[in-house]
Amino acid sequence: MATDDTHDIADRVAAIWRMESPRLIASLTRVVRDIGLAEDLAQDALVAALEQWPSEGVPDNPGAWLMTAAKRRGIDQLRRREMLTRKHQEIGYGLMAEQNAVPDHEAALDDDLGDDLLKMMFTSCHPALSTEGRTALTLRLVGGLTTDEIARAFLVPEPTIAQRIVRAKKTITEKKIPFAVPRGEDRDERLASVLEVIYLIFNEGYAATAGNDWIRPALCEDALRLGRILAELAPGEAEVHGLVALMELQASRFAARVGPGGEPITLIDQDRSKWDRLLIDRGLAAIERARALNQPRGTALLQAEIAACHARALTAADTNWIRIANIYDELAAVSPSPIVELNRAVAVSMAVGPEPALELIDSLVADGRLRGYHLLPSVRADLLKRLGRIDEARQELALAASQATNARERDMLLARAQHLA
Amino acid sequence: MRFMALMVEKPREDGWTPSAGEMAAMIQFNREMDKAGVRLSAEGLQPPSKGARVSFGDGAPKITDGPFAESKEVIGGFWMIQAKSKAEAVEWFRRCPAAPGAVIEIRPVFEMADFPEDIRKAAGL
Repeated sequence: MATDDTHDIADRVAAIWRMESPRLIASLTRVVRDIGLAEDLAQDALVAALEQWPSEGVPDNPGAWLMTAAKRRGIDQLRRREMLTRKHQEIGYGLMAEQNAVPDHEAALDDDLGDDLLKMMFTSCHPALSTEGRTALTLRLVGGLTTDEIARAFLVPEPTIAQRIVRAKKTITEKKIPFAVPRGEDRDERLASVLEVIYLIFNEGYAATAGNDWIRPALCEDALRLGRILAELAPGEAEVHGLVALMELQASRFAARVGPGGEPITLIDQDRSKWDRLLIDRGLAAIERARALNQPRGTALLQAEIAACHARALTAADTNWIRIANIYDELAAVSPSPIVELNRAVAVSMAVGPEPALELIDSLVADGRLRGYHLLPSVRADLLKRLGRIDEARQELALAASQATNARERDMLLARAQHLA
Repeated sequence: MRFMALMVEKPREDGWTPSAGEMAAMIQFNREMDKAGVRLSAEGLQPPSKGARVSFGDGAPKITDGPFAESKEVIGGFWMIQAKSKAEAVEWFRRCPAAPGAVIEIRPVFEMADFPEDIRKAAGL
């Protein structure tokens, strides 16, 4: 039985580091204006903690202790003249300039207001960085994951992730990306970039839940955590709550998505008793927060509203397809895409019937943008079957099977073709 | 990973309510967990005098209405949080503004990965 005295200090410090390092590094970045230097100072504080806490005990407020230790080391470094590098000189000049500058209200707003962690999120998700760089840097600096944890989550070697992080930080320095919460006209675009990164991380975990791949759901948990953190940092943004809602609702279906043989189960066929009601409640609550803001509905919120329609239906037959079809109409107007059109056609087929849906599908076929995408003939086959056009349905399923991206999908489509009367 | 934290307290007098300061401290603690994205749910439980017990023995279960005279401990409430490790969950609840004499018991929640493969298959998972 481990008591407080024998409790592993290393475990405690690792947990404290994971909890405190994002805020610590973000605050230091604001002060020293360089992420790399901020990380170095934070690391120095961690080393000091590992040296002192075993004998002195872990402080009551470990975050504050680490911050003080990091700042002390920062001041020591700046004071040691013989160790001043150009970077530190620039920081010194920058700090002096800040004190002497004519007040620039826009810049003052950008720099001084706004939470440090929010500044870090906007910085680590900046569109100038590569997608891989953004996800790795955000998981590290905002999510508090180690490079090794990120590497295992993305199934790539650790040096690959380390490289991506190095490159991302270099881009931030080279492009002089300011450490600030954007407030001007690029705010919407910058926020969209943050949401895109978080959802990318979520999808990375969500797509790979087949079989015994239990590592990947942890990535969804990390994305959810990042989304929830952002929701508290930017509570006035409906799209943020919309994205959180979408992720909570999609995650709620995890246990029902995969069959005993590892085969994917579509939403309509899932055993709803396996849906996580805690996450559904959280998703619906996030939607309420978004609605209360009375802002025009964006893509994430609309997708969440669709997911909520499914979540509220106790059985597939209870689904309010008319409402779903209406939301797809709005979604098609806000962010039109052939995939949205395809999903809209499915909703219309359930809400109204197969004939109007087939018209939408045939437009998509004529449009050509989804050529080669197996779900298009798959949906067409289902509509034709419902209209009694069995031979045509069988042909569509054969076409879909030939376009399937993996063997399991292909086998399922061929099996469907065999089951036709 | 999910953890449930149970607040285990000494029985209080009927009609007891927390002070404004105690409420504020607890609200702030919950808020910190929200800001970190780790708090999934939390509820306070009404006193045992409002509750009932279902006791199982050989025959039919026995029902007793609260309060339960022999109780030395009362579960006051619970949290469900998401954390990477038990150490992290413990670190969070060290910071809980619990009253002296209270104990918070932290338990990991069973997840599908915890069950051996044959049980998962039997459960259709």
